[in-house]
Amino acid sequence: MNLKEKLISSFMAFENNADIDIDSHVHDIRSDAISNFEAKGFPTKKEEEWKYTSLNSILKYDYSVFPKNNKSIEYKDVKIYFLHEIESYKIVFVDGVYSSFLSDTSHEIADICILSSALKRPKYKMIIDRYFGKIASKNESLTSLNTAFSKEGAFINIPKNTVLPKPIQIINFSTGTESEIMLQPRNLLVVGENSHVEIYERHQSLNDNVVLTNAVTEIFANKRAIVDFYKVQNDKKSASLVDNTYVQQKESSVVSVSTFSFGGKLTRNNLEFHHEGEHITSNLNGITIIEDKQHVDNHTLVKHKFENCESHELYKGIYDDASTGVFNGKVIVNKEAQKTNAYQQNDNILVGDKAAVNAKPQLEIFADDVKCSHGCTIGQMDENALFYMQSRGIPKKEAKALLLFAFGNDVVEKIKIPALKKRITKLIAEKLKVDFEFKM
Amino acid sequence: MLEIKDLHAGIEDKEILRGINLNIKAGEIHAIMGPNGSGKSTLSSVIAGNETYEVIEGDIVMDDNSILELSPDERAHKGIFLSFQYPVEIPGVTTTNFIKTAINAKRKAKGLEDLPAKDMLKMIREKSSLLDMDRKFLSRSLNEGFSGGEKKRNEIFQMAMLEPKLAILDETDSGLDIDALKIVANGVNKLRNEDNAVIVITHYQRLLEYIVPDFVHVLHDGKIVKSGGAELAHELEDKGYDWLK
Repeated sequence: MNLKEKLISSFMAFENNADIDIDSHVHDIRSDAISNFEAKGFPTKKEEEWKYTSLNSILKYDYSVFPKNNKSIEYKDVKIYFLHEIESYKIVFVDGVYSSFLSDTSHEIADICILSSALKRPKYKMIIDRYFGKIASKNESLTSLNTAFSKEGAFINIPKNTVLPKPIQIINFSTGTESEIMLQPRNLLVVGENSHVEIYERHQSLNDNVVLTNAVTEIFANKRAIVDFYKVQNDKKSASLVDNTYVQQKESSVVSVSTFSFGGKLTRNNLEFHHEGEHITSNLNGITIIEDKQHVDNHTLVKHKFENCESHELYKGIYDDASTGVFNGKVIVNKEAQKTNAYQQNDNILVGDKAAVNAKPQLEIFADDVKCSHGCTIGQMDENALFYMQSRGIPKKEAKALLLFAFGNDVVEKIKIPALKKRITKLIAEKLKVDFEFKM
Repeated sequence: MLEIKDLHAGIEDKEILRGINLNIKAGEIHAIMGPNGSGKSTLSSVIAGNETYEVIEGDIVMDDNSILELSPDERAHKGIFLSFQYPVEIPGVTTTNFIKTAINAKRKAKGLEDLPAKDMLKMIREKSSLLDMDRKFLSRSLNEGFSGGEKKRNEIFQMAMLEPKLAILDETDSGLDIDALKIVANGVNKLRNEDNAVIVITHYQRLLEYIVPDFVHVLHDGKIVKSGGAELAHELEDKGYDWLK
């Protein structure tokens, strides 16, 4: 039985599981989703959106679809994966199962809890009916697969006029008690009018067993809401991640998603922004630093449908050894979306001789009174700059690191949580293999 | 201090320097002049250790040791400084941070601790006012969007900060107007002492009005074809280079 067949047959068992809700609405969403997955199957390189990313190497395993969670983990052993320097809410999952022991949830000023309980409780039915599955693609097969198995993940519901006093950390651990596991976390984030939230998300496997995570996050930002979402992808080289993040924004909201892809075997990020009002700002930032045969694919889509909105997109990539990258940035400006200001920049440095990047900026502009720009560069280390720095006494290794660090610095500068900025700076130094303090 | 012995060097299969001999002592200023393509910039790159060029024959000796096997940063640690004809723009690294990194790299190579921030700032203030520099350049990305003159002034500022034993000024005068030229020359003169030496590489005699050399060498086709005192520069200004070929 191949993985697709295994998943489809597992779906019946999953849906019949008495432990989960019987809400017909969600049931219908799941059933439609499995049908779509069944019809489409896993994406292949024949599809335009998957031309440069093959899933073959990660689909060959016999994944356990319902991992058993019987290993307890001590906070002290996993502390380093948290932003432990600061106060925060924490929503933690171990092998796809909520860990109340590691979490710090709340219902005080906002619901910062888990999807499985939200799906069960009548008091959240209205929110679930209104938002769940509403913007996650119904055509994309991996998103459908997640929707079909959606059961657990972070559920964050922030009422209007609420500024959360501390960030929320969403951490998904896999312990590898079984040799090959597949996880399908599903997050729902609803941010009320004038509210503000900062989120730090991480997928982390704790040993070298094979893990495939197929995550879906839906973010709804109501009027004037501010959402800062940071994705830190620094997993083991045995772990792969497909991250699908869908954002819907209402008038005057500002949503920023920053993706730091430093690890993993294969990482695919699908990030979509949908505008439902004027004066919206969408920020998409990313840094990729990979080596060996690692692969990172950033697919972004911003759909401008209303007037006076802005999108700012900045992705940088540093590729060593035989690592490969993809950047596909699509910006669509509808005919009605006059006075749009859309900016996109993607810069890449190939450090390794066998590294490669496929970059594709795609702008489809149907309005005539807009300001849209895009740029894309792929280059190598500047030998003149290296000699210049060396001639001032800076050793080659440090000179290289300083140049690469400076290259990514404008993305780092956009991080608004100081502890995270420090952490990312340190991670970058680690990735560039220098023991070097960068102060820009 | 620096002795160049029968130096042959080139790029790929092309020999550019064809037997250079030069002896520079502490406290001296040497000017190297010559027409375009004579090998002036190659000579400065080879002394600084640019790996693009290959040394075919001969030796470069500094303080009794050959430096040919040293990397550019190791040469910098020994006190060699090259002011570039075309300084490189480095986006994202401020001038202050760059010079701080350079100074501390040199100190680390000598087994010293980082220079305390307070001392660093004081030094930056002193040296930048010596060159009449607008401080706003210090917090901007190194050379990015600087005019030609600003870049050259920044080179001399870095030289002042690094206090080299041997400074090579490669066409520092190109791109400078007369006022900037005076400031730069004045800066170089103030940094001179009996323990350091300067090699001024230039096409024109103009800069040598302000930085007066002890020796002038004429480079042609990869060889020094004539050496003399400061007066040789004037002679070249009058007669051009043709009579030496």
